[in-house]
Amino acid sequence: MTIEVVRVEQVSKHFSIRKQKSLKESIVNAGRARRFREDFKALDDVNLSIAAGESVGLVGPNGSGKSTLLKVIGGILAPTTGSVHVRGRLAALLELGAGFHPDLTGRENVYLNASILGLTRAETERYFDGIVEFSGIEEFIDTQVKFYSSGMYVRLAFAVAVHVDPDVLLVDEVLAVGDEPFQRKCMDKIREFQSDGRTIVLVSHSSGQVAEVCDRAVVLEHGRIIEDASPRIALGRLRKDYETQIEADRKPDEDPSPYRAKIRRVSLEATGGRRGEGDLDLMLSPGNDLVVRGLVDFETVTDDWELVVIVENYLGGLVFGTDTRIMGEHLPTASGETTFAMTFPELPLGEGEYVVNVAVRDRKSKPLDSASQAATFAVRAQGRTVGHVFTDPRVAIGQ
Amino acid sequence: MSKASERSARLAAEPMRQMSVQGGFIGGLRQSLAEIWERRELLDMLVRREIRARFKDSSLGLVWSLIRPLVQLLIYYVAIGKFLEAERAIPDFAIYVFTGLTTWQFFSEIVSSGTVSIIANSGIIKKIHLPREIFPLSSVGSAVFNFSIQLTILVLAALLIRGINVDSALLHLPAAILLVLIWGTAFALFLSAANVYLRDVQHLVEVALLVGFWLSPIVYSWEMVSNTVRPLFAEIYLANPVTLAVLAMQRTMWLSGLDKPYPDHLGLRLVIAIVVGLAVLVLAQRLFNRMQRNFAQEI
Repeated sequence: MTIEVVRVEQVSKHFSIRKQKSLKESIVNAGRARRFREDFKALDDVNLSIAAGESVGLVGPNGSGKSTLLKVIGGILAPTTGSVHVRGRLAALLELGAGFHPDLTGRENVYLNASILGLTRAETERYFDGIVEFSGIEEFIDTQVKFYSSGMYVRLAFAVAVHVDPDVLLVDEVLAVGDEPFQRKCMDKIREFQSDGRTIVLVSHSSGQVAEVCDRAVVLEHGRIIEDASPRIALGRLRKDYETQIEADRKPDEDPSPYRAKIRRVSLEATGGRRGEGDLDLMLSPGNDLVVRGLVDFETVTDDWELVVIVENYLGGLVFGTDTRIMGEHLPTASGETTFAMTFPELPLGEGEYVVNVAVRDRKSKPLDSASQAATFAVRAQGRTVGHVFTDPRVAIGQ
Repeated sequence: MSKASERSARLAAEPMRQMSVQGGFIGGLRQSLAEIWERRELLDMLVRREIRARFKDSSLGLVWSLIRPLVQLLIYYVAIGKFLEAERAIPDFAIYVFTGLTTWQFFSEIVSSGTVSIIANSGIIKKIHLPREIFPLSSVGSAVFNFSIQLTILVLAALLIRGINVDSALLHLPAAILLVLIWGTAFALFLSAANVYLRDVQHLVEVALLVGFWLSPIVYSWEMVSNTVRPLFAEIYLANPVTLAVLAMQRTMWLSGLDKPYPDHLGLRLVIAIVVGLAVLVLAQRLFNRMQRNFAQEI
């Protein structure tokens, strides 16, 4: 049985961007006020339902509305239209130490901050020792927080925040602060929260973090949900959009290649491979040969061209790749439709999902065309190892 | 049962609640009040924070909250009472002026610190969902604290010099305090929200309070007003709830002025002002609630 804990229905949020903030300016511009206002749709008819125990990542480019959505769910912003329903105790970890008063001691701030986050005084008293221990700053608990280092400040604030007992935790980029051990501590705590059956809604720019924490990812662009799926699919979509964006932002090459070519088709096959499940093109087992086939349409006669095949995991991390130049291969002159097949024999890949990117370049390595995320495949094994490399481990214990 | 299944069982039993509801006039009001009541502990802590933080690191601490009004009292007593000879018309001028000052400062502190309270706590407001009325209300709370200190001094001083009007103390004193509290809170709520959208409000309030000080019989007497202006204007003058509160306080504390004229039906006027004030307070809360929906983006 799934229990819905967050329900967002047809939520839109409009911001009117006004420049003037003073009385004089509004009077002077009174007649023109309408024209001076610019309406900006931060959220546009968003529908979302989150079940108890889910960990959902909200991802998207800057200004896509993901933080706004989080604030609307948390009740910090009111939607212009639509409604938000929640169940259970909600805690927003939007900023650590909100409401810390520099002139008060750590102890006083713990009580105040806990109260702001929704703990009663009795609860705070019960958790107090735990909070102080978690923060690791027992010695300074009766010092005013203005004398704290920023690290101590964040530790104490985080300690308070994680002791609030929420059913739904909203997290906005806060995990990005602090040093590596501290971030580890945060991640461990999040995992503990997950095993407690708490629901987590996380806004992050880090695909790695979303993939690590979440079992579902929602991609927002221009205030709309454009993808709501498993992190692999959603992050893949996001990365593709980013690449398009990067491509569009790139300045046109001042000295473009004199050749022209288009990649028409890319397909995968493998010895012993099976048809893909879902949106995957192919399933294989470790040790299969992988063949990347394709069709390139050369509009000009192109000699000494270059074929690039790169395999990445779905977060964009390089797994392996090659191009014909580093392979030492000299490709024959091509014109018109030309097929290619690049074989990777006996691929010892570990379990996981992979993305194939293909590109062609001219003799000076200037790009002619590229097909990013041209095909996807997955490797399935017995699950005896993790990571990108497959091996069949044995163990022997001696005494 | 595991922690997780315990949690889901508990959640399943809970109904879903809507965030950021607008609500009708009465329904919305009831919900707002319930939310504030639920966070009363936080309100209490914020008041303490304000008081504690103000005097932290100062060796005299709380004494400072006495020094300012006492110095003011001294100035009015010497400069206006003695040099300008206000004492001739107003016996026990020191008590008289301190009574008015205490009442006025109570009101003025609620309004001025309430007006900036939302802006001052913008960090919390932008990040955490709370009934935002908590912040102006915590300003009211710390003003009540200061007022109670001053009131204690006033009562002690009055008892020492001539005593207080016990009949009136039971009736007029609570009415006066309630009146200032209600109207001050109403102003604080509305102005704190308005200040988010238009920062001029806080400066406007400063000026308005400067003027407001002279609109009540604090350093002059009601007798002087009623002798000078026409009855219509006198009525308008008496429509000021702070004036009524000041008069009610003087009636209690200023024993040597008992034979001086007071406006007719002071008690009735107080009751009316309180009833009207309650209506204004409700209206202010509804306006606040409407405006607070966009606080997080406007601050």
